[in-house]
Amino acid sequence: MSLLHDLALQRLFGGLILVLIVATLTGRVIARRTHDERALATVRNLNARINAWWVMSVVFAISVLIGPIGAVILFGLISFLALREFITLVPTRPADHRALLWSFFLITPLQYLLVAIHWYGLFSILIPVYAFLFLALRIALSGDTTNFLERVSAIQWALMICVYSLSYAPALLGLGIRGHGMPGPTLLLFLVIVVQGSDVLQYIFGKLFGRRKIAPHVSPNKTVEGFVGGVAAATLLGALLWWATPFAIWQAGLQALVIALTGFAGGLVMSAIKRDRGVKDFGTIIAGHGGILDRVDSLTFAAPIFFHVTRFFYGA
Amino acid sequence: MIASILATAAQIVAGSTVRWVGCAPTEEQRIYIANHSSHLDFIVLWSYLPSWLRRRTRPVAARDYWERDGVRRYLAAHVFNAVLIDRTAAQGTAPGQLGRQAVDQMVEALSGQHSLILFPEGTRGAGEGVATFRSGLFYLCQAKPDVEVVPVYLDNLNRILPKGHLLPVPMLSRITFGTPLRLQPDESKDAFLERARQSIRTLKEAA
Repeated sequence: MSLLHDLALQRLFGGLILVLIVATLTGRVIARRTHDERALATVRNLNARINAWWVMSVVFAISVLIGPIGAVILFGLISFLALREFITLVPTRPADHRALLWSFFLITPLQYLLVAIHWYGLFSILIPVYAFLFLALRIALSGDTTNFLERVSAIQWALMICVYSLSYAPALLGLGIRGHGMPGPTLLLFLVIVVQGSDVLQYIFGKLFGRRKIAPHVSPNKTVEGFVGGVAAATLLGALLWWATPFAIWQAGLQALVIALTGFAGGLVMSAIKRDRGVKDFGTIIAGHGGILDRVDSLTFAAPIFFHVTRFFYGA
Repeated sequence: MIASILATAAQIVAGSTVRWVGCAPTEEQRIYIANHSSHLDFIVLWSYLPSWLRRRTRPVAARDYWERDGVRRYLAAHVFNAVLIDRTAAQGTAPGQLGRQAVDQMVEALSGQHSLILFPEGTRGAGEGVATFRSGLFYLCQAKPDVEVVPVYLDNLNRILPKGHLLPVPMLSRITFGTPLRLQPDESKDAFLERARQSIRTLKEAA
């Protein structure tokens, strides 16, 4: 449990708890002062979200403090549940059953096993190369060619987004940084705090100042004001967390900007998928938030980009 | 003990969102009728009933399937307390006698406190539509006109475990309980069966 003695981690988690306490108290105060029926619904949803944040933060903190294997198992479970939500919405046919069994019970665990043993050379191509080709073959062998391309692509997409992309978050634990060894947990925390912080800040700026819709057909709740304010604030947040990372303050700010922008892109693309499938949320597992995939949508884009940008510029 | 383990396992596999839109779970005696497209149907529907309701609800199931081996026979008799009915006639049985026997068994099961889970399509479909209902439901309601029939729509279970497969793909599913219906005094057999079938199809479209 040497991570318990890591000063940077202590401070990051301490800060997180402080923010949650402030959020909880603010939520209570707003709830007491709100009497309008419609506003009250928003406030209830806000408080449900804050409560869920407590649970998610505790689960995340425990898994990170357990050590690398804890984070790998946590993200493996998140991937499994996200894949479940994704596949539920896509038009597969009975003939795809075997391919789906492979995806859930072999490819997903294998990807996380490779991440756990830091086998970069294989985990970075397992799904885009091997699973990509194998699934197409497996479904062709099933003999049902109705909407073949659509079905194959949907399953490949599900694996790329829910498993491959997300697995880059725990993969940070095995990333060597020039002059810093393997600062894994702090990199992972930096990514998760900035990407989720950016989501929350965009939500807050949107609720407070939101006027012009940024993508009315895809995600009616996203506004220009929320986007600009949230991304700027998340960039500042990232810069202010530089001391925990291997980055200089301006580098941390730039990294946070990249994380916030890619995170926004992820949220937008996943919204487009939900719109297409005619649902509001991917699931109902997290009160106030929707499904697992609704909570990690921004991470699916931010994690692989952050990993590769960091690896390119700072990798040992 | 076995019942609650099985129920939890079924809930994990099926990941259902349960909605009681047309009624609430009560101790009142009822006949739950649902669409049938997967081997999971009965156990998942059963597992998502509140545990006190589960204990007083008996599934109506096919004897030839549930008596095929020792495990299934044990589960049917001691865990699910199933009402097992014959689908295949022994030699020399008069036509129609099987159906009458099955109805008699169900009526007898309803003479106690128990509710029933029934799949009136009689067999598993491909999951696209709801097939026409067998007449047993009508004769059962004729014998027990006071018992409410609750339509239930099971969504996506046929994708989790399609016909002909052994391992489930753990997708999410939905269970919707609709508005109860009763056999009207002068309602014909075909009209009632069609009305019952439509009540499930409506839930499908609303789902």
